[in-house]
Amino acid sequence: MSLLSNLINGISLGSVYAIIALGYTMVYGIAKMLNFAHGDVIMVGAYICFFATGKFGLPFPAGVLLAMAVCTVLGVVIEKLAYRPLRQAPSLAVLITAIGVSYFLQNSALLMWKSDPKVFTNVFVFKDAAGVPQTGVSLFDGQLTVTYVAMFTVLMCVIIMAGLTLFTGKTKMGKAMRACSEDKAAAQLMGIDVNFTISMTFAIGSALAAVAGVLLCSSYQTLMPTTGSLPGIRAFTAAVFGGIGSIPGALLGGILLGIIEIFAKAFNSNISDAVVFAVLIVVLLVKPTGLLGKAVREKV
Amino acid sequence: MKQLTASRKQLMSNTVTYLIVIVSYLIIQALSTGGLVSPSIQGQLVPICAYITMAISLNLVVGFSGELSLGHAGFMSVGAFSGIITSLSLQQAIPFAPARLAAAMLVGAVCAGIAGFIVGVPVLRLQGDYLAIVTLAFGEIIKNIINILYVGVDPDGLHASIVNEASLGLAEGGKAILKGPMGATANVKLASFTAGFILVLIALTVVLNLVHSRAGRAVMALRDNRIAAESVGINVTKYKLMAFVTSAVLAGAAGALYAMNYSSIAAKKFDFNTSILVLVFVVLGGLGNIRGSIIAAAFLTVLPEFLRKLDLDQYRMLVYAIVLILVMLATNNERSKEFFAGLRRRFFGTRKGGARNG
Amino acid sequence: MAKQFQKGKMVPVPSHSIVPERDLGKLPVLECQHLGIDFGGLTAVNEFNLTVGPTEIAGLIGPNGAGKTTVFNLLTKVYQPTRGTILLNGKDTHGMNTTQVNQAGIARTFQNIRLFNNLSVEDNVKIGLHNQIRYPVWDGVLRLPKFWRQEKLAHESALELLSIFDMQDLAGHEAGSLPYGAQRRLEIVRALATNPSLLLLDEPAAGMNPSETADLMENIVKIRDTFHIAIMLIEHDMNLVMGICEGICVLNFGQIIAKGTAEEIQANPKVIEAYLGSQKKGGAKG
Repeated sequence: MSLLSNLINGISLGSVYAIIALGYTMVYGIAKMLNFAHGDVIMVGAYICFFATGKFGLPFPAGVLLAMAVCTVLGVVIEKLAYRPLRQAPSLAVLITAIGVSYFLQNSALLMWKSDPKVFTNVFVFKDAAGVPQTGVSLFDGQLTVTYVAMFTVLMCVIIMAGLTLFTGKTKMGKAMRACSEDKAAAQLMGIDVNFTISMTFAIGSALAAVAGVLLCSSYQTLMPTTGSLPGIRAFTAAVFGGIGSIPGALLGGILLGIIEIFAKAFNSNISDAVVFAVLIVVLLVKPTGLLGKAVREKV
Repeated sequence: MKQLTASRKQLMSNTVTYLIVIVSYLIIQALSTGGLVSPSIQGQLVPICAYITMAISLNLVVGFSGELSLGHAGFMSVGAFSGIITSLSLQQAIPFAPARLAAAMLVGAVCAGIAGFIVGVPVLRLQGDYLAIVTLAFGEIIKNIINILYVGVDPDGLHASIVNEASLGLAEGGKAILKGPMGATANVKLASFTAGFILVLIALTVVLNLVHSRAGRAVMALRDNRIAAESVGINVTKYKLMAFVTSAVLAGAAGALYAMNYSSIAAKKFDFNTSILVLVFVVLGGLGNIRGSIIAAAFLTVLPEFLRKLDLDQYRMLVYAIVLILVMLATNNERSKEFFAGLRRRFFGTRKGGARNG
Repeated sequence: MAKQFQKGKMVPVPSHSIVPERDLGKLPVLECQHLGIDFGGLTAVNEFNLTVGPTEIAGLIGPNGAGKTTVFNLLTKVYQPTRGTILLNGKDTHGMNTTQVNQAGIARTFQNIRLFNNLSVEDNVKIGLHNQIRYPVWDGVLRLPKFWRQEKLAHESALELLSIFDMQDLAGHEAGSLPYGAQRRLEIVRALATNPSLLLLDEPAAGMNPSETADLMENIVKIRDTFHIAIMLIEHDMNLVMGICEGICVLNFGQIIAKGTAEEIQANPKVIEAYLGSQKKGGAKG
């Protein structure tokens, strides 16, 4: 039974990673950069929702929408100020700048909202027939609980994946994004506004990050300025694992990584981090392009 | 007027760097013996030397080899804890403190070098962002491993376990050195400012001499244009690994020195934040600029002390982050590069490419 | 001794220090047998058979996209061939990587110049001399006598090599700051420094005016005459190709469509069709 329970938790956690990984993979595909600060945008989204529903008493959906709006703006502003000027710069410079942005977000959050952990309310609690609030559905005579949060998380993940696949496949903007990720110069010559397309990519990724932040903190209810950073790194691992630049890859990588992490924690919670990272290392060495990614040859 | 050759200019520049280090040491040592140095600064002297060495060694990898390593603190960690184990195990065998310190630093350096080799061989096959993430991963793995490690010494020798302290099975007269997540709690402080100064000199000599030699040229060629370097017969793995392992060795020695300055120290002291801190030193001082690394590391290690007095310490990391971003933007953006080049021309005249002159 | 220093012209090189002795047997320097490569479903090069003599100047021409640079990349193992054999001085280069194949005797320049832009002109050449003038790493770190000896030798050799193109005065300049033509010439010097048996030049005259091209033609022949090596070049400038190449190989769609001397190639109808389009359809193509 604990196997099934771990599996479900793994899929739920993996769904969150998949949503975060989407942001990484889309940005990497189009801007060829690793947005280190992505994990911290998650944290900002969670905080915004926390304060919106807590201090300002807004209903949960409004809080989520507000978080998405703020993160979207944040992502676009970061791209414009910190990454766009460095588009021609070597990737080392961009990576260092991204680390700077990540630290900026973390420390700003620390100053504004202090380091004491906030308790994020789990709104996915529904009253059962007897009027008792339940966090989830009980199966097999109470041996297994599937939380509503987990169900909602997986559902959101599937919806977002489907939506994004439709978006990049069928819409004009989606096609523009794919064109830009293949060849920016050619896309520009075709009349595509590259700057706007890249901004849009960051916007979508950041909005998704907000959603992921809310879902993450609904499951694991502590929120601190450093909450986003480790999941961010793990989600990047998932993105690379699945194949950077590939949307189904982000899904596959996220789910698999979530399952691996939960099982590793169950085995020995002290080294679960090391196991996850070891997986990343092995994947990158054996198949550098990830499970579903494709190799890009350098032109000589 | 006699034309200064490029090598003469380099020699002068290097001499200036050595002089800065030596003169600073002499001044501080004199002030220290005269009792004119505040206790808080006194306590920072060894950490400054350790961080300077870390910055010099990281600059070798990031500035000269062009690879972003985000797990450098891991090598510091390996050096620190193997150094502590060495020092506490040899307490009877080598009673003379400076010799024991030297032994600890040497063992720390070698262990970190081995770790650098183990990490480097797979890692250096990757490039750019992937390499950075994998170095970060290895740094975290090292931290995790040390966190679950228990090491003890008794008359039979060294014992190690990953379960708990009791399972070390220490005989009478034995003591536990490393206690898992608590790290080392009964360390004997051996570090001295003089030892730190000697370490900085060694690091400086090794890195400067390496960079300005055939091997250094190969490393920089690989950084500037890997495909072209391969096409002229440079062995990629050999020279990337050389830079990486040398850097790890120096970081290990620095870690051992750092650890010997504290009676208790745990693995979580050497985490991702420490790696980023050293990266800030290197970036601020200038990629490929050793003198810059020394000054930045020294300055930014004492800065918190002053900020604390002005109650501004809480803004420190935020300011670091902003500075990091601004430095990157300034040094990489075409418009700002032209701006600074223009400034340089106005104040210093035409320097670059001026082979012909009167 | 009196030397003629005119821009771009070859300076007579009496010193033996940069003209290594070479065994000039009759063995061809390069033999490609059924060489080919596929990229996924696309066959970029197929049935590439070519022999180059030890001191031959060979030309590789063809319309854009014909696969010429791909051939160079195959020879220098930037790509591993899908099929076929490459014999360099009789030795099979199968399984070698770029570094090893350079050590075996092939050096090249690149279509888009690949210099070490942050390093000086002299350092660029010294890196070319990396495998020719060596000393152990420790000697460098500890500054032992061998370091000083070998560095002096490297310095002198670099300057001598640069004097081929009269560039020795530019030794201290940053490579990235040189004008375009000088960068191309520096790339050639760096390649020569590796002491190759076969020098591959990828569009060496690109961006040069007729006067510079004429100088380059003279220099290429002089390099061959002085260093006794074979040179293969990719070029679009037909004056250059027809002027100095003793053997020409014409590529189109990854296949060889003609091989021979300049006269034979110029008269070959398949070559004319590849460049100018078929007479029947009338009108330029490609």
